[in-house]
Amino acid sequence: MARPQPRFPEPDTQPFWDATREHKLMYQVDPATGDVIFYPRRHSPYTGSRDLEWRESKGEGTVYTHSVVRLNRHPSFAQLGPYAVAYVDLDEGFRIMTNIVGVENPVTDVKIGIRVKVRWEDQESGIALPMFEPA
Amino acid sequence: MVSQQRDAAIVGIHEYPLRKAPGMTPLHIKAESAERALADAGLKWSDVDGLYDAQDGPGMSGLSLAEYFGFKPNVIDTTAVGGSSYEFHASHAKRDIAGGRCKVALLTYGSTAHSDSRAIGTGGMGGVGPASAMSNMQDPWGMTLISNYAMVAHRHMHQYGTTSEDLARIAVATRAHAMRNPEAVKAMTDLLYENIREVTTEEVVNSRMVADPLHLLDCCMVSDGGGAVVIASRDVARDCKKPPVWILGAGEATKYSENGGDLTVSAGAQSAPRAFGQADVRPDEIDVAMIYDSFTITVMVMLEDLGFCKKGEGAAFVREHGLRFDSPTGPALNTDGGGLSSNHPGMRGIFLLLEATRQLRGESTSQRQGAKLAVAHGNGGMLATSHTGGTIILARD
Repeated sequence: MARPQPRFPEPDTQPFWDATREHKLMYQVDPATGDVIFYPRRHSPYTGSRDLEWRESKGEGTVYTHSVVRLNRHPSFAQLGPYAVAYVDLDEGFRIMTNIVGVENPVTDVKIGIRVKVRWEDQESGIALPMFEPA
Repeated sequence: MVSQQRDAAIVGIHEYPLRKAPGMTPLHIKAESAERALADAGLKWSDVDGLYDAQDGPGMSGLSLAEYFGFKPNVIDTTAVGGSSYEFHASHAKRDIAGGRCKVALLTYGSTAHSDSRAIGTGGMGGVGPASAMSNMQDPWGMTLISNYAMVAHRHMHQYGTTSEDLARIAVATRAHAMRNPEAVKAMTDLLYENIREVTTEEVVNSRMVADPLHLLDCCMVSDGGGAVVIASRDVARDCKKPPVWILGAGEATKYSENGGDLTVSAGAQSAPRAFGQADVRPDEIDVAMIYDSFTITVMVMLEDLGFCKKGEGAAFVREHGLRFDSPTGPALNTDGGGLSSNHPGMRGIFLLLEATRQLRGESTSQRQGAKLAVAHGNGGMLATSHTGGTIILARD
């Protein structure tokens, strides 16, 4: 069973998820103010402006915080064993919820402040999930 | 103290006594609690002219609840902001009564979360309800509600050196209070708790890890339950059966994850100064602190945001004062046994008002001697993603 996927139509995040098909991690900026906007939406939450630009992130950042989930009753996660959910602060200035993967033991190997880079996990639907692994 | 406005008071309360209530519906619990809370106040069913509801009933709750109860209220308020909804309702009831729009406000809550076997803390958290920008960015990651709060705990530990033992002390004090409350003991019995007795910090930190760094005993129960609160105008309160518990101050706020934001600061940092300011009361004057304990970390963060101590000094504050009903200094915390050990059917905010009122009437099973001032602080939603904070300052005559 697959993990829960983003669902469409959902116009705010559709461009973000479309770009994941090409393994591009996109975020928005307000060119007038320089504000970085994430999660994606039609307007800036700082000014209400709708003149926003999409930019591509390098996919490198730092773990802001995390937790290792030992118990999740959803079947797709229950079969994973302990896994790390996290907020990662990207170097471009946005914070994304994600999973930290590519570690031997998430309990001991994932720490606040470690450097991470994006690792794409392709999904059956064609989109890819931006997970992160130690850089 | 002269500037304190005493225009609305809690005059009637009821906490539904069971945490496992087979055969009851949420509406049954709401209606029974309403009748008993009105009786507690010495008021009649037909006296209610303000209806406040967190949309826990079916359909359009402001309409369907009025119809089901049989009320024709002048004020209908269906603010639904999660577990803190009842602090928001108390805030709005004070405003509406002060403005002359109603005289007898009724808040009710009913839930059968336990009997429905709802996996609130460990559910998959995904693919439910209509898609939104928020759900599309959160659903794929398997972030359970417990891991959401655990992410705040990790960050608090990282920034301030808080330890699992520090968090555990909150659970220890709360369990001690629960053991003095027969309804809490019955709750833990009915919900098949192991080791229904006072616990030690070691037992808390050695209990099963659910989502690092939160252990089983850092987490609240999932129970059935509910209750009701009657808030009345000064004129009505004068003739009620029980002494009035005045709402001196109220504050409401939201907080959500932002780029570069500090997850260790909650909405309480905004709502509390508003409430204390309106009440003209300082945190160090508070006798009883009813703080939403979905998890131990929730209390740790809120103690700081309510102004009992500076941000990052919560652990030292808990160590110094103990937070028991009989601690010689500092506030008594969650003297009913809290969500951790007495009652958490999903939205605990109403129980904070109930136990604060019992304390200011001198009716608690863990009575803080001479309690004059209490704070009830509710937290709704999810601490690490988006949440509300509602702060209410209460006083006896």
